[in-house]
Amino acid sequence: MSYPPQPSAPAPGAPPVPGAAPGRFPGAGPGLAPPPGTPAGGGYSSPIPIVRTHLGHAFASEWTKIRSVRSTMWTLGIMLVLVVGVGFLIALAMATDDWVGAPLLSGGLFGLMLGQICIVTLGVLVITSEYGTGMIRTTLTASPQRWRVLAAKAVVFFVLAFVLTTAACAITALIHSSVLSGQTVPEYEAGDPMFKDSVSDSGELIATGGQWFDATVGAALYVSLLGLLALAVGAILRHSAGAITTMVGFILLPLIIALFMQAESLRDVQRKLIEYSPLSGLASLFGIPFFDDADMGGWGLLGMLAAVTGGMLLLAFALLSKRDV
Amino acid sequence: MIEAQGLTKTYGGKTAVYNLSFTVQPGVITGFVGPNGAGKSTTMRMILGLDEPTSGTVTVGGHPYRRLPNAPRQVGALLDAKAVHGGRSARNHLRCVAQLSGIPQRRVDEVLDVVGLREVAGRRSKGFSLGMGQRLGIAGALLGDPQILLFDEPVNGLDPEGILWIRNLMKKLASEGRTIFVSSHLMSEMAVTADHLIVIGRGQLMADMSVRDFINTHSASYARVRVPDGEQAAREKLSAALTEQGAHVQPEDDGALRVGGMPLPRISDLAHDADIRLWELSPHEASLEEAYMRMTQGAVDYRSTADHRAGLQQAGPVPPQGYAAPGPGYAPPMGAPGMPPAGPGVPQPGPGVPGMPPPGVQPGYAPPPPQGYAPPPPPAAPQAPAGAAAPAPREGETRR
Repeated sequence: MSYPPQPSAPAPGAPPVPGAAPGRFPGAGPGLAPPPGTPAGGGYSSPIPIVRTHLGHAFASEWTKIRSVRSTMWTLGIMLVLVVGVGFLIALAMATDDWVGAPLLSGGLFGLMLGQICIVTLGVLVITSEYGTGMIRTTLTASPQRWRVLAAKAVVFFVLAFVLTTAACAITALIHSSVLSGQTVPEYEAGDPMFKDSVSDSGELIATGGQWFDATVGAALYVSLLGLLALAVGAILRHSAGAITTMVGFILLPLIIALFMQAESLRDVQRKLIEYSPLSGLASLFGIPFFDDADMGGWGLLGMLAAVTGGMLLLAFALLSKRDV
Repeated sequence: MIEAQGLTKTYGGKTAVYNLSFTVQPGVITGFVGPNGAGKSTTMRMILGLDEPTSGTVTVGGHPYRRLPNAPRQVGALLDAKAVHGGRSARNHLRCVAQLSGIPQRRVDEVLDVVGLREVAGRRSKGFSLGMGQRLGIAGALLGDPQILLFDEPVNGLDPEGILWIRNLMKKLASEGRTIFVSSHLMSEMAVTADHLIVIGRGQLMADMSVRDFINTHSASYARVRVPDGEQAAREKLSAALTEQGAHVQPEDDGALRVGGMPLPRISDLAHDADIRLWELSPHEASLEEAYMRMTQGAVDYRSTADHRAGLQQAGPVPPQGYAAPGPGYAPPMGAPGMPPAGPGVPQPGPGVPGMPPPGVQPGYAPPPPQGYAPPPPPAAPQAPAGAAAPAPREGETRR
């Protein structure tokens, strides 16, 4: 075999003249000549058949990844405990003979408000833990089709978060339903638009199918979308603490800022901040909106969240394919 | 086969790699050598498509890395730092990498056996030693049974047994016809591992040649001659006779002579003619390390200076400084391309400025080997600082 023209070919005059240069002993050096007859174009081919890779491979890989780290177990475990545990405690607190004035399934909100932080944390960690440990270089070397990696991460995380959050919300809703459904709504409250569908003909507190759906699937979808947004933010910031802080700020700051906007001239801003804060959508899905006359219901706010999440994901895809790792 | 053409990478204002062109051939181990910060890892990352070159191209097997349909089956890479999530077990780590390219699961156990991590495969890699981490990285590189393998500093943190193991592993892989590209800042390691060398310094190509050519071009050899102890007169007589015939003689500390520029039989003949007995006449070859040090002297990024502790002392005379200037600084061996504007030629303390040898110098090794062999003739080197305080008086009498 021959090497290509080398810019560094030994300088003229440098090659030893046999006999003239002392102490140059053939074979004494460590270098070996390339074995003769080596094929030129890449001489090895593996006996293992090569398959064409596709998104399915990335799904399998990400599923293995998310299952095999402890942070997944911890965040999802704590989420389940918080949602179901807090939901159960609230159900107990509300389980008086007297009417406490809340829709049947609304008590699930408080546990989920805490649980959503776990989902957000997991969403961030799914991507930033790879940057933090350097694993991302291994991943993107193994799959230079970078979009595939992010897409698989997003789908696997979203499905997992959605399934488990739905389960947690469903258990909580069942607890509330079984503990509180005996309560009767007083006559004077039954006319309140908030309880339009929540009172049976005999005056008992009930939940419609739509309310069940909102408080389980709807709420879980909302929280999973928040987690997906967190994943996108993590992919953009590539830093665990930074991304988690950003997401917690996104969830809580609108309400905290609104708290201090007491001036009359800021009333409108204050109201919009509260109305469109991420928690507002969740509260609406549980049937206790922050404002009775809000422009948008829970599903409208969920749509907005989905739009924001989609936009951030697109940005994350663009940055991932462009940036150095 | 890896082909780089005019590869350049700048980070902000700093040029990490400048106009690098080389080809890595299959069937041999190609060593990629340079001091710390020379741009080795950056080049590796560009080959793997992790970093986008500022200009230039690099292809593996004829394609840019990011266009490879199933990259791990063609290219395996061990990356410099541990690129592993420490919370995952070794087996799960390899499993998720394997799944990404559709590699069957039994292959995971195969490579775990190859690198000897089968016993600890269920443990989280966070607790692994540096050597175990390297083995896990090598297992990841071998997963796809690829025809091209990149190893970035593979011997880092390995014990002697591990070093021998990876050396033999690489030789075996190369003998199967694979392309092996291995980076190191240890020339001594490359001397016993690599067949071909690509040397870079400050991001630029300094040499691209076989190990043998590298030594021949960049260093020279000498003979050690010793006359019987106590025969001072004989020693001087021989020294004079050899010098007269054009050899280049230097006394050594132990009373021997270091003779350059003359073949061994001729030394023996001259000694015989002068009626002098010899107790030793032995060949010596300059090590690869020496050749490398000489070449990269001017291209070391991080250079230490002597610690004079002046800051702790009262004002007073500055103690005399270490030793003087290394020899003729770095002279590009092959009419190196112009340096990038950002990183001018030999910006570091040039010859004449007292400086310590570059880091990594073995004890007892003096950077400017003053006797015996001459520095590679600086080919019209504009950067070779003229008038350097270099010991160059004997330059004329070297091989040539």
